Amino acid sequence: MKNYLFELKEGLLISLRAIRANKVRAVLTTLGIVIGIASVVLMSTAIKGIDNAFQKGVASLGSDNLYIDKWQWFNNDIPFWQMRNRRNITLADYKRYKELAKLPAASAPTVWSNQTIKQKEHSVEFIFVQGTTDEYINTTNLNFSEGRFFNEIESNGGREVCVLGSEVAKKLFPRGGAIDNDIKIKGHKFKVIGVLAEQGSWVMGNFNPDNQAFIPIQNIFKYFQSENFRSVTFNVRAPNSQMVEAVKEEAVGIMRRVRGLKYNEENDFSINQQEALLKTINQTVGVIQIAGLFITGLSLFVGAIGIMNIMFVSVKERTREIGIRKAIGAKRRSILGQFIIESAIICLIGGMIGLVIAIILSLIINQFLPTSVQADAFILAIVISILTGVLSGFAPAYTAAKLDPVEALRYE
Amino acid sequence: MNIINIEHIAKIYQVGSEEVHALRDVSLKINKNEYVAIMGPSGSGKSTLMNILGCLDTPTKGLYDFKGTNVSQMNDNELAAIRNKEIGFVFQTFNLLPRSDALHNVELPMIYAGVSSYDRKERARLALDHVGLSDRIHHKPNELSGGQRQRVAIARALVTAPSIILADEPTGNLDTKTGEDIMALFNEIFEQGNTIILVTHEEYIAEHAARIIRLRDGLIERDEDVTKRYVPKKNGASKL
Repeated sequence: MKNYLFELKEGLLISLRAIRANKVRAVLTTLGIVIGIASVVLMSTAIKGIDNAFQKGVASLGSDNLYIDKWQWFNNDIPFWQMRNRRNITLADYKRYKELAKLPAASAPTVWSNQTIKQKEHSVEFIFVQGTTDEYINTTNLNFSEGRFFNEIESNGGREVCVLGSEVAKKLFPRGGAIDNDIKIKGHKFKVIGVLAEQGSWVMGNFNPDNQAFIPIQNIFKYFQSENFRSVTFNVRAPNSQMVEAVKEEAVGIMRRVRGLKYNEENDFSINQQEALLKTINQTVGVIQIAGLFITGLSLFVGAIGIMNIMFVSVKERTREIGIRKAIGAKRRSILGQFIIESAIICLIGGMIGLVIAIILSLIINQFLPTSVQADAFILAIVISILTGVLSGFAPAYTAAKLDPVEALRYE
Repeated sequence: MNIINIEHIAKIYQVGSEEVHALRDVSLKINKNEYVAIMGPSGSGKSTLMNILGCLDTPTKGLYDFKGTNVSQMNDNELAAIRNKEIGFVFQTFNLLPRSDALHNVELPMIYAGVSSYDRKERARLALDHVGLSDRIHHKPNELSGGQRQRVAIARALVTAPSIILADEPTGNLDTKTGEDIMALFNEIFEQGNTIILVTHEEYIAEHAARIIRLRDGLIERDEDVTKRYVPKKNGASKL
């Protein structure tokens, strides 16, 4: 053991001497590894960032929530045409469900409409306008930056009031002061009574509350679309996570009654859960991860070939040195170690530089897209770069170790 | 006491489809504290013999007994260990590491012998002092004259206290005056009790030795004790 440590230490010193003697070449050689490691680290932080954003987005839905819908969101078993042929779920269905359901902590019907919202010269297009009731807020974890959600009276009375997502409010009222001002949705006047705090779950797209507006549900039917145009979704929140299954079972029973299904008919509705979403997201992120790391792994591979190439040249160039070392008693193992350590050090230096570049770049990119630099990325980068060095240095080092001392000494 | 005992060794190289007999049948014994010169024209097999004596190569046939150990069948690593411990090389072209200073060059064999860094430096300093280079220890080979380079190489050969010093044309790249200085150093080393094998094709260099082995066409042509031809000067063996 002591022997190996001694050889490792001496091998390290010899390699450092050799690298110092060939600074320019060492730097040029590391370049491939720098780029390789930088892209691998960058990719892994980007993937981590995307994953975090997804998780955050899903969490904003609330883990105790169920969504009773005509559609199964993440459908693997029910054919599309079968779901399309289902009858729409209506507001009337919701009212009967609410009467019968005992277990939920809160429930609210939602229906959406895609609209353009204007405020004086400001205008935002393709806004997901959600029609719902006052209870909606109790089915979510949303917070307000100012104002409030509409109350029971406003909801039941179908008043022209609205609550804006943070992004929508920012675009319509760049200077703030949205509260108590009027906006126009498809030409109809609504009074802003609340603005949501930023949720930041950008990956959710239209489902991100930041890009939504909320109005009492009757107004959707009154101004934008007929009641049967789009199916209503019920947001149902269980009192706690242990109750989720019970709420789900109760919902199935009630919905079958509400929909008037016979015992031999299949459900013509679906009960969606965050879990299904999570599963799909994890699959998606997994695919991105594999593809991304494969592509960046290729650039690292190219770097490794570069190292191997240079190490072969270096062995050729230093044939005489190898001959001298062998003549005065270096064993194969010592020569092998010397060159492998040299290539590992070159790669490690490259890896460190790549890591620094990746961190700087990911801080810059973080201004536009979420990235997440984590400790495991550092360790990964260091381990990968040393491993690359050892693997790509092995073949050249082996040829060096195998050289015949007589031939090597004669080499000019 | 025999250090080297070789019996009927032959070395055959395969060059293309042709066999080249570099050594045909060579037997010789070398004792402790002998000063032997191996001479011969090019193609006589003296380089091959030197490589085999120096454990850089193994014979195709025959037996090589080095201090009671059969080295003719040893593998690469075993030979490396013998070279490291028992043999000090001095080459015509010095063969120093160009980017390392004199001290590190002399340390080199001790690195492979597993000597600690502190001891190595001490011993390397002593060896350099011994060859008269104590003021040049941090000079690189290209900052040294030819004679000084060869002294560094001799220090490197001596530092492990080997059983034999094997010098291959040690004055071949030096002018006559410097060559003489180097040969004087060898005489001194010999008188301290070392065993020296000198490979050369120059008569006046070989005459420093006490015994001259002449090779021709892979065979020993003549093996003679030459001390009797000399009138010993007070400084040991010298030219007539």
